[in-house]
Amino acid sequence: MSEPRLLPCGRWALLAELGSTAEVTATAARLRAAGLPDVVELVPAARTVLVAVRPGSTALDAVRELLTETADGAATPSPGPLVTVPVHYDGDDLELVARTAGIGLDEVVALHTGAEYIVAFCGFVPGFAYLTGLPDPLRQARLDSSRPAVPAGSVGIAGEFSGIYPRRSPGGWRLVGRTELTMFDPAVDPPARLRPGDRVRFERV
Amino acid sequence: MGLVVQRTGPLAVVEDRGRPGHAHLGVPPSGALDGPALALANRLVGNEPAAAGLELLLGGTVLRTTAPCQVAVTGPPVEVRVDGRATCSHRACYLPAGATLSIGTPASGLRSYLAVSGGIDIEPVLGSRSTDLLSGLGPPELTAGDELPVGRPHGPAPPDGAVVPLSVLPDEVVVTMRLGPRDGWFADPAAALRDPVWTVSSTSNRIGVRLEGPAPARHPARGRGELPSEPLITGAVQVPPDGPPVIFLADHPTTGGYPVLGVVDPADLPRLAQARPGSTVRFTVR
Repeated sequence: MSEPRLLPCGRWALLAELGSTAEVTATAARLRAAGLPDVVELVPAARTVLVAVRPGSTALDAVRELLTETADGAATPSPGPLVTVPVHYDGDDLELVARTAGIGLDEVVALHTGAEYIVAFCGFVPGFAYLTGLPDPLRQARLDSSRPAVPAGSVGIAGEFSGIYPRRSPGGWRLVGRTELTMFDPAVDPPARLRPGDRVRFERV
Repeated sequence: MGLVVQRTGPLAVVEDRGRPGHAHLGVPPSGALDGPALALANRLVGNEPAAAGLELLLGGTVLRTTAPCQVAVTGPPVEVRVDGRATCSHRACYLPAGATLSIGTPASGLRSYLAVSGGIDIEPVLGSRSTDLLSGLGPPELTAGDELPVGRPHGPAPPDGAVVPLSVLPDEVVVTMRLGPRDGWFADPAAALRDPVWTVSSTSNRIGVRLEGPAPARHPARGRGELPSEPLITGAVQVPPDGPPVIFLADHPTTGGYPVLGVVDPADLPRLAQARPGSTVRFTVR
């Protein structure tokens, strides 16, 4: 793994830039596992990890040290828990996805259920997980225009990601199906069903 | 026991110190935009610093008590009336049951804070009672007729009438900004923020302060591109391709694709959050 590039992000945070989403996932897992004190936020995204510390603390020094010293030979973090998501493959864009890929509907489902995904990061709305591991034929552009309201539980694909809308919201991802699982519930601990580093499989119902 | 909302003014929300620590799940930190003002109000009525109070945009709020309590209003100086009698902000004030508390509109600044002894005692969401207007977590904005439960006061009642010093906001807000993480995307990042006189846009809200002024020029090598989604923090100065910057406040999205030129020091954000639309902002670049 390449050494991360450390970018300043205000007085009490830094942004570590890595070469790939997989490296981001590994780096975020390593930082989580270190359990450094005074870390307030540890947020992976597509190519970067943000670490924000308690103002007034010296925790950023320890973060910098950890990020630079162990770039090589770092212990590979153990894989996250596997979450299985049951999906009705009846999405509004299933035919568009099949046509774009030049394959049949069943093949789209076979590809989508055949892969194992990793939660690279969350964003957009609480509990929206960006899943990497999408098979090549399903890596497709967003819709030309966003839908004003995508129903909660909709399973979509866009670019290199698959994802599940935790709540009704606007969205431009191509929809392949829907799940009845609740993806985000603030009354439950943890509130998000999918967290960075978790592994995910989709199952046809 | 509690407070009954009779009139809200333009926007009244419940806020405390927010719910930091959940950004990796896509949850904004939220919380009072002028944290020191809420902390002062809590201290005046004997509350713990974590107690929830009300954040009132441009005042105009009327509340009725259903039980005796102490209240304090902080933020910019503002007229406060109890049953029509004038009292003042920035002091604890005893209210009997059935009293009507009216908070006027501050002459400067934007947000008043009201603390009540015992704190607003609604059910916390992810450890906080704050209303998050971006993600919809926490209670919805208040409307007339709402009854807010109030907790049991646990501190010794503060000495009645203790007045604290207050400062009036200047018309121009000066904030300190540190460059990065994406200052390299701009032709002359320090000058691009330091030289213009910026104006606070009326489209500013709890998500961010939008500025009016010249769009910082991109570095020629960067063109108009976007970044793969990056984490954002409170105070981030994000620059859309053709527009002036946005400075993110407590209800900010947790990720974004436009480059962040710099980050405003946390100590300067409360003053920025009190800056009215039309007032000017200057950056000191570190």
